Amino acid sequence: MGEPIRSIIVLAAIFVGVLATAAGLIWLERRLLGLWQDRYGPNRAGPFGSLQVVADMIKIFTKEDWIPPFADKPVFIIAPSIIVVTTILSFAIIPFGPGIQIANLNIGLLFFLAMSSLSVYSVALAGWASDNKYSLLGGLRAAAQMLGYEVFMGLSLTGVIILAGSFNLSDIVNAQRKMWFFIPQFPGFLIFLIAGLAETRRIPFDLPEAENELVAGYHTEYSGMKFGMFFVGEYMGVTLISALIATLFFGGWMGPLLPPPLWMIIKTFVFICFFILIRATLPRLRYDQLISFGWKLMLPLALLNIVVTGAVAIAIN
Amino acid sequence: MLDLLKGIWTVFKHSFRKRETVLFPEEKPNRPPRWRGRIILSRDPDGQERCVACYLCAAACPVDCIALQATQDEHGRRYPAFFRINFSRCIFCGFCEEACPTYAIQLTNDFEMSEYYRPNFVYEKEHLLINGPGKYHDYNFYRVAGISIGGKGKGESENESLPVDIYSLKP
Amino acid sequence: MNGVFYLSAIIGILATLMVVTRLNAVHALLYLIVSFFSVAVIFFVLGAPFVAALEIIIYAGAIMVLFVFVIMMLNLGSKSTKQEGVLLQPRSWLGPSVLSGILILEIIYLMAYSGSSPISSPAEIAPKQIGMALFGPYAIGVELASMLLLAGLVGAYHIGSRRLLDSSSKRGDKE
Repeated sequence: MGEPIRSIIVLAAIFVGVLATAAGLIWLERRLLGLWQDRYGPNRAGPFGSLQVVADMIKIFTKEDWIPPFADKPVFIIAPSIIVVTTILSFAIIPFGPGIQIANLNIGLLFFLAMSSLSVYSVALAGWASDNKYSLLGGLRAAAQMLGYEVFMGLSLTGVIILAGSFNLSDIVNAQRKMWFFIPQFPGFLIFLIAGLAETRRIPFDLPEAENELVAGYHTEYSGMKFGMFFVGEYMGVTLISALIATLFFGGWMGPLLPPPLWMIIKTFVFICFFILIRATLPRLRYDQLISFGWKLMLPLALLNIVVTGAVAIAIN
Repeated sequence: MLDLLKGIWTVFKHSFRKRETVLFPEEKPNRPPRWRGRIILSRDPDGQERCVACYLCAAACPVDCIALQATQDEHGRRYPAFFRINFSRCIFCGFCEEACPTYAIQLTNDFEMSEYYRPNFVYEKEHLLINGPGKYHDYNFYRVAGISIGGKGKGESENESLPVDIYSLKP
Repeated sequence: MNGVFYLSAIIGILATLMVVTRLNAVHALLYLIVSFFSVAVIFFVLGAPFVAALEIIIYAGAIMVLFVFVIMMLNLGSKSTKQEGVLLQPRSWLGPSVLSGILILEIIYLMAYSGSSPISSPAEIAPKQIGMALFGPYAIGVELASMLLLAGLVGAYHIGSRRLLDSSSKRGDKE
């Protein structure tokens, strides 16, 4: 009796928490960008402008949801939901505390990689189904970018897997009891951070939408809640990557004094803020720079990281 | 790579800077006296309209937002029968103020002119005319101009001598 | 678990049928991705979660993205849809389908009379065991596969760089 109810509560809490975070990020990102650019950001609706989220929600739900007549209708409708579904599913494997996890999968990390590799369909298909040259270019860029960055995202995690000896995220957190993995796996951490930025298609890797070259890239033709799903999907992706960085490299729920889930949330939010800080700082890369950076610099670095980690692991054993 | 981190650190330091935003409705921004805002028509110190309906402002206006019609009172003093400015077209360039020979048309400091209904932007003379001399307190066109008008004959203006009686020059 | 297996098997077959019959290439690819999913679920049910994950990561996530990428680049219009429609006339699919029907009958016959074991989910195979097997008894297979992939990589690089060399030499000629 107790176990199913508990898991349902955990599921509901994580689901609602993730959605609330993604919605709150709409406000947080604009406030933080304002802070770092010496302005205020939204500060009118509610205390510190926090009701801006509600205002944005009302706006986005009541907007006309227009499907262009030249679009491929079924694909056009499916595309935005893919990104939301895959990102929410990825949260199933993240432990927010000892035992506070939706699915304690043996292949947890692989599941995350599978879901993140599927999320690219959202963008690529949205670009294709819009039947618009800017959208198509955005979709093509997204596909090429994902192909490049998937590879070394997986490879950068291999060092962590070698150290922890498991794909299971709870095991990985428990393996960090002595030392957080970002110390022995610092290159892996950096590579994963960069791959995560590319995965969420945020500045400096937001070439698929690149608003000053491609109008808005893959979501040029989208409006209303379909656009909102891309929007929310991006913020959920940021939350996901931040939570994963916290789990894989910064000891997950571990920390003194405070309860474990709180530590996890604090660490996640630190990385979300760091992502926004990066957005406030860096300009967009050129497309060929992006691709050659991925294949020529990041991939060899990730491979080198695996080789060194493996050698050290063997030498210690 | 180090440059990137330096850039990120610089941006982070901005969280402790003063914010540049002026929170507008609560806190009014500083406007210099020559600010080009809402247009008014002023009166001379005697309380009469300065505008002599010369059409120079309407001619100078690059967007043709000024419309007026000249007329005269019984003393022969010209004034506009109607004076209409369409503020939804006005670009606040200030050319009308420069063109005006009598300092009648002036641009003020006010810029808070939002309307929900577009035709409300068309200001008639009763909306434009204020009860004061505006920026130029002492200037009175008819007091310095040589023109004769009801209650003021030739040569009665300031710094003006009486017209010479040409017959007095006879030998 | 049997129900899950049959459900995903039916979805897989239907999706694959749709792959064959769709006129629009991207729609066909989407159905192909769905059929990969169903195969992944079947792997998962059969106790091979590692393979299921790899199926999604590699086939559905990487290879099919390449396919979609290429088809998006080709800019197929209504013309190619018409061309595909011609292929779906009985004249062109009758022969192959008769031949493959015979093959299916053979498989059914073999399965029915050779006493195949019923579907039962064996113990889940952990990724560690797969690693042990791959780098233990099957090390030579892994090495061969990696050599093949390396050869493919070098070949692709060669093809890609030759055009680059050509264009640079041409530019040299002009100057």
